[in-house]
Amino acid sequence: MRLAFTKHTLDNGLDVLLHQDRGCPIVAVNLWYHVGSKNEQPGHTGFAHLFEHLMFEGSQHYDRGYFQPLQGAGATLNGSTNADRTNYWEVVPANALELALWMESDRMGYLLPALTDAKFSNQRDVVLNERRQNYENRPYGLAPMALLAALYPPDHPYHWTTIGEIADLNTVRLDEVQAFFRRYYHPANASIALAGDIDLDDALGLVRTYFEDIDAGDRVVPVVAAAALSGDIRIFFEDRVELPRLYVAWLTPAMFADGDADLDLGTDLLANGKTSRLYRRLVFEERIATDVSAAQNSREIAGYAQITATAAPGHTLGEIEQVILEEVTRLAAGGPSDDEIERGRVQAEAQFMYRLQTVGGFGGKSDQLNAYNVFLGDPEYFERDLARYHDVTSQSLQETVAHYLDPAHRVTLSIVPRGRATLAAPDSSPTDVS
Amino acid sequence: MVVRGRPSAIDRSRLPEPGPVRSFAFPAIDKSRLSNGLNVWTVSHPEIPLIAFVLLVRRGASADPPGQDGLAALTADMLDEGSGARSAIEIHEELARIGAQFDTDIGSDALSMSATVLSRFADRALALLSDIVVRPALREGDFSRVRQLRLHRLTQLRDMPGAVADRAFLKLIYGSHPYGHAPIGSEASLAVMSVDDVRAFHASAIRPSFATLIAVGDCRHDQIVQLAARSFIDWQDGNAGPAPIANGLPTAARLNVVPRPNAPQSELRIGHVAVPRDTPDYHALVVANTILGGQFVSRINLNLREDKGFTYGARTAFEFRRLAGPFVLQVSVQTTATARAIEESIGEIAGLRGPRPVTADELELGIAGLTRGYARNFETADHIARAAMQLALFDLPDDYFAQFVPTVSRVTAADVHRVMERHVHPPRLTTLIVGDLDAVGADLPALGLGDPVVLHADLV
Repeated sequence: MRLAFTKHTLDNGLDVLLHQDRGCPIVAVNLWYHVGSKNEQPGHTGFAHLFEHLMFEGSQHYDRGYFQPLQGAGATLNGSTNADRTNYWEVVPANALELALWMESDRMGYLLPALTDAKFSNQRDVVLNERRQNYENRPYGLAPMALLAALYPPDHPYHWTTIGEIADLNTVRLDEVQAFFRRYYHPANASIALAGDIDLDDALGLVRTYFEDIDAGDRVVPVVAAAALSGDIRIFFEDRVELPRLYVAWLTPAMFADGDADLDLGTDLLANGKTSRLYRRLVFEERIATDVSAAQNSREIAGYAQITATAAPGHTLGEIEQVILEEVTRLAAGGPSDDEIERGRVQAEAQFMYRLQTVGGFGGKSDQLNAYNVFLGDPEYFERDLARYHDVTSQSLQETVAHYLDPAHRVTLSIVPRGRATLAAPDSSPTDVS
Repeated sequence: MVVRGRPSAIDRSRLPEPGPVRSFAFPAIDKSRLSNGLNVWTVSHPEIPLIAFVLLVRRGASADPPGQDGLAALTADMLDEGSGARSAIEIHEELARIGAQFDTDIGSDALSMSATVLSRFADRALALLSDIVVRPALREGDFSRVRQLRLHRLTQLRDMPGAVADRAFLKLIYGSHPYGHAPIGSEASLAVMSVDDVRAFHASAIRPSFATLIAVGDCRHDQIVQLAARSFIDWQDGNAGPAPIANGLPTAARLNVVPRPNAPQSELRIGHVAVPRDTPDYHALVVANTILGGQFVSRINLNLREDKGFTYGARTAFEFRRLAGPFVLQVSVQTTATARAIEESIGEIAGLRGPRPVTADELELGIAGLTRGYARNFETADHIARAAMQLALFDLPDDYFAQFVPTVSRVTAADVHRVMERHVHPPRLTTLIVGDLDAVGADLPALGLGDPVVLHADLV
């Protein structure tokens, strides 16, 4: 299975990735800017994401909203921001590719003349409501704020969430928005991928037509930061929840680094799905938890792994913590079974195939090409990425778990019902979160 | 002001016109029926070595017997808890060995099991699917564990304002009608359920004559029919339970509140029971909804989000089902804007129906949005399987997809007006707030919707 593509770099530094798939008369346009919340500074958080909203409010040559002409052409479109990158995508009927390129290039080249105070304050209100809906008014919704703040030191750019702090969002000024655009939103800090029903030469010609005249900006200096945990950081906060929940988190390797794939498979076999070791013990046999899950959250300059479990009524987070530590220690000492390794490999292969089914949207082939290109400078990485999972052995997985999921260096977060601080895991200290 | 783009030869004074529409052949469905009544439908889509299997059974939460809300969903949840001598974990280990993405879904009218697998494992996938659906173990010990997990889930749903709103709203507008409860049921109904109820429901509702097996992907029709016959042929058609009947609908108060003290937002639902899927007005209603609240540039979203900044997003939907489904507007707004958001929402609904009819531009945009990108709904095996499920669930004709674009394109402004007038009735709208009653209460009388009825999340 290959993901065939061509890559061109325009004179202004814009990378152009093209993949032909004639299965359906649609084209995915996927544009990454290599900027996320990790490029923010303390006191100015939430900025990259707020900026993403402003990109949908119109640009100089079409200032009546970004959605209208594209939806009228039959497109779906959206964007997203994370710690490391901001992406924008349109899936358009093949006959509307030029329209999508016109729109994307206009906001890359000509956003600021159309950006007004009114748009800015409206989208700040929308983002504050996004934060209320997805974090503040959601049970356990503030967990990421507490976890990231405990895992990374205050000057580390993964210390804060992408949605940002309320106080910071309330004090952002329009001139900061303009400076942000100049610094990060330019061809040399971007990569565009087209996947779908295209003629490769025609598509490249259209991209040149619309993007070649946009000036390159200054190269963005990579963010460098380090983190280490001094011990077992034990914290809790109270929330509007009925059942207490425990999070155990560790610092782990960055995306694509050694150990990343081992921890992907390792967290799966520990706590994802009914076949996992922790589901079997906590939910199926001992019935002391209502759910359990785990993830290796790998990011560009560092990763963190977490295991999450919710206590069944009448059971404590202390009991759950003990089982989690027993199973992590057992995996670190004995490694996975052959069957667990084999299942992990087949599932990894299947996941790769599932990701190749669609040309774009959130995920899909166009987004995958951009991920490899932006993070590794190598859109050809697909087969080697799959090979990372095939190369995991019992021994490598065991050693990686033993090294990184160290019970002596972790964050242990309890979220407990209001007024029930005693339900937190033993020896936890209160933490402020909002 | 910095402008990054240099003056160029490109004409940016107007947007490029779309080129000619590229032709697209809708997937052809090959259909067979096994002797026990099981429909077997396949679509060849060989681009990637995957097959998406879906088994649709046309019995859902609306088939829950009286007093047993949640039985269909609990039964569906029990199916993958073991088969023969195999435990739930052993079944899932087998699914994992073939890389299956397995899922169970339950709605009002149907339950479905889906398994997307690497195509080289087609035979093993169908054998497993039949063990799960036809020969589940339905053991007492598994039942008590699964029921307990569902009770815990209900406890957790009380914390989630959106889930509280959904459940309370259904109850308000449907009462004891088969659509009046969420599939998960209630603490009271789950408490009195036994494993024998599950076995009885499995025998009466999970029957081949209610079922369609859909396979889409890297496969051939004759191959799938042969494999299905081998795996499913001993599935016996038993005695059917009664089909759901529509009871009379209650009359709800116009304004209702589930208090959520200190909540930063109010979760709102505004709507009423509307219209079944088989209405001849379906396409016109889809167009009307697109304009009102079905897309980003809809009236509701442009007003509440892009103009007022009250919310992250607002939308409306006609939820089409076999019996009359709800029309509902849903939005989560900042607490201080609660009353204004309700006023604007009802104003927009009433406006499209009367004083502010659809404009020519809105109609053109709405129809274009629904038709020009229609082909993307058939890109992947999963998309096509989901589309085929709609045909099976609602008895739609084979040429349904081919007719969608021309039919929608014929919808006129007069049609939009007519179907809004016929199916949406502002005085009958029920409004529900899940939010901070102390903070919003003083603003509510001015809405003219009468005294708010206060409900409690625990009793929902």
